[in-house]
Amino acid sequence: MTLDLSLLPDGGAGWLDASGEHSDVVLSTRIRLARNVEGYAFASRAREGERLRIFSQVREALPMVPSLEGSTLLRLDQLGLAERALLHERHLVSRELAGLDAPTGRTGAAVALGAGVGVMINEEDHLRLQVMCPGFDVAAALDAVSRLDRELGARIPYAYHREFGFLTACPTNTGTGMRASVLIHLPGLVLTKEIGKVLNGLHQMGLTYRGLYGEGSEVIGNFFQISNQTTLGRSEAELAEDLSRIVRHVIQREHEARRVLWRDAGYIIEDKLWRAYGTLRFARSLTFDEAMNFLSGVRLAVGLKLITGLSVYTLNKLLIYCQSAHLATAEGHALTESEANVARARYVRQALAAEAGPRV
Amino acid sequence: MICDVCREQEATVQLTHVVKGDVTMLHLCPRCAAERGVETTVTTPPKNLLGEFLHSVQQQATAEQIDAMACGFCRMTLKDFRATGRLGCAHCYETFETPLRELLRRVHHSAKHVGRTYAPPAPDTVEGPASVGDLRDRLRRAIANEEFELAASLRDQLRVLE
Repeated sequence: MTLDLSLLPDGGAGWLDASGEHSDVVLSTRIRLARNVEGYAFASRAREGERLRIFSQVREALPMVPSLEGSTLLRLDQLGLAERALLHERHLVSRELAGLDAPTGRTGAAVALGAGVGVMINEEDHLRLQVMCPGFDVAAALDAVSRLDRELGARIPYAYHREFGFLTACPTNTGTGMRASVLIHLPGLVLTKEIGKVLNGLHQMGLTYRGLYGEGSEVIGNFFQISNQTTLGRSEAELAEDLSRIVRHVIQREHEARRVLWRDAGYIIEDKLWRAYGTLRFARSLTFDEAMNFLSGVRLAVGLKLITGLSVYTLNKLLIYCQSAHLATAEGHALTESEANVARARYVRQALAAEAGPRV
Repeated sequence: MICDVCREQEATVQLTHVVKGDVTMLHLCPRCAAERGVETTVTTPPKNLLGEFLHSVQQQATAEQIDAMACGFCRMTLKDFRATGRLGCAHCYETFETPLRELLRRVHHSAKHVGRTYAPPAPDTVEGPASVGDLRDRLRRAIANEEFELAASLRDQLRVLE
């Protein structure tokens, strides 16, 4: 099967369009709900036959779920490694569902993708409903995912307990099964070394942070995913409101840090950020980490209005499209690491040259 | 009676197949029945005996005894849970209710769900159990309509049933 992501309702990248609130700092807001289908063992303990039954039960329910109208259903167990990696890089499926650490995809692993909404099937939980919005908009994401949840839950019986709520494979998700997160760029707080204090504060407020790709991933390019840590004992609306309030505060702190940097070390920062732009604009080989770090610098320069004529949308797209599986897809064949570095540098150069470009 | 398929658990479902006049009978546990698309009304184990047992003997039982107790549906033990950090099925929440409540309190500072409440859909809105004949019909239609993905999935389901 050949995977053409441009055929998805929003090209699978609507969340990148930088249209939301605070989109210079917050890339996207995502909410996922973990649900299991009553009557089957959870996915990691389920037999192949059970997972296939769950897949077909969801597939038959999809036409009756308005939130997923026009969605595409992809069976990951019938896709090659490169295609599964592409979906993961696009943040449409988790690393676990993509089976990137296993020799083959998991039987029954699938994903239904609509515009900004999706349902992962046979992940750690049978169903992972998710919604992604561009920029910072927790309320809109909660509205959309709650609607999807009501529609799907009216067709498929969820495992639910009167005291513990929605039952999940991992007890850290039990209750609401909800993880709301914002993908946020915090170079100001990193450069002023304030980030440690902010991250510690998050833990005290019941939130946690992860890297660009969620659980277990490291922080690259000053991108953090901030999310709720607990899922039980508070309602979905309360969890969403807590996250919103605290992230709003973090955004404020980031802006303050940027002002301090500009005031106290203006020319050093200016030089550092222009060097980042220069490297991206002219380098002939870039590793992924290098590209991410320089892109972080350029993004900060755009936020400080130091570089104008470069859109946040282009920078968002670069984050996604300069990853290995995306480069291999664009080139039409598998790439070695050094070939990918060359292809990445070329892609970034062309993308930056295509914009009006800054006045130096 | 023991389940004809897994030969581990108690059979609670009797499945009768009639194929071209030949009658075959299968005795299945709820889990093997679910795998074959047979809907059962047994959505929780016949009363939460293990959970009650665990609760009543918790004071006297040794750690080994508690570790060895298995969920009546998926056979997971607390020892398995400790190794993987993942529960095996929804029934594990009943089987290990007491230790889990304690764990949930530690993780979430609460063991009481206050979010969205949920009632499962009425049975007639949920896809019913599929028979072999029904699946074969749908497979034929899917092939005729060139819906090959659907056909592949129906074939998988048929394989499981047969």
